[in-house]
Amino acid sequence: MKVQVLLFGIVADLIGKETLNFAIENNDTVKNLKTALRTKYPQLKNYSTYAVAVNEHYAQEDIVLKENDIIAIIPPVSGG
Amino acid sequence: MKNISIKLTSDTLSLQECYAFVEDPSCGGIDVFIGTVRNHTAKKTVNQLDFSAYGPMALKEMEKIARHALAKFEAHKIAIHHAEGILKIGDIPVIIAVSAAHRTAAFEACKFAIDRLKETVPIWKKEHFEDGEIWVNAHP
Repeated sequence: MKVQVLLFGIVADLIGKETLNFAIENNDTVKNLKTALRTKYPQLKNYSTYAVAVNEHYAQEDIVLKENDIIAIIPPVSGG
Repeated sequence: MKNISIKLTSDTLSLQECYAFVEDPSCGGIDVFIGTVRNHTAKKTVNQLDFSAYGPMALKEMEKIARHALAKFEAHKIAIHHAEGILKIGDIPVIIAVSAAHRTAAFEACKFAIDRLKETVPIWKKEHFEDGEIWVNAHP
């Protein structure tokens, strides 16, 4: 199944895109997605200090992803 | 919610607007935090900052902080306004204004809100120097 992945800040720069349509397996979790991203984009190998949001809410690593979820990669924030 | 004003905008932030929103006859004090763009980081000269945001989630997180700040400190009204885009030295990226019946609640709610904003709201700033640029906090 496909999910949409939004990229921000340094992660958008590292991958060179702001949006990905990413294929994952049924019952994949946030943690599985992080692993898959690292495999597909080796430039993330040394960069794992990001949070993940699912449908605009911070998500723990054991959350199971569903078709059409909007996922966002949230590197350490620096607003204010 | 009528006691909360949240804004994320590429326009110039308005202190007057935040003040006018929180000001209320039932309140004995208003505390305001104004963030300003500093001209240096460590010893490097900063020329400008570029703020980008995950807009819809940033608004939700700011609203969450506002609700929490009002409830936790028994403050009356709160405005949290944040700017996006390019800001020059001295420009204002963030204003937080809180009114409360008594000053302690206003001070504490305001500090809570800016501290929490810096931890959870998905907004990022890129510092531009003479010789390059860097995402702030990208490598904690």
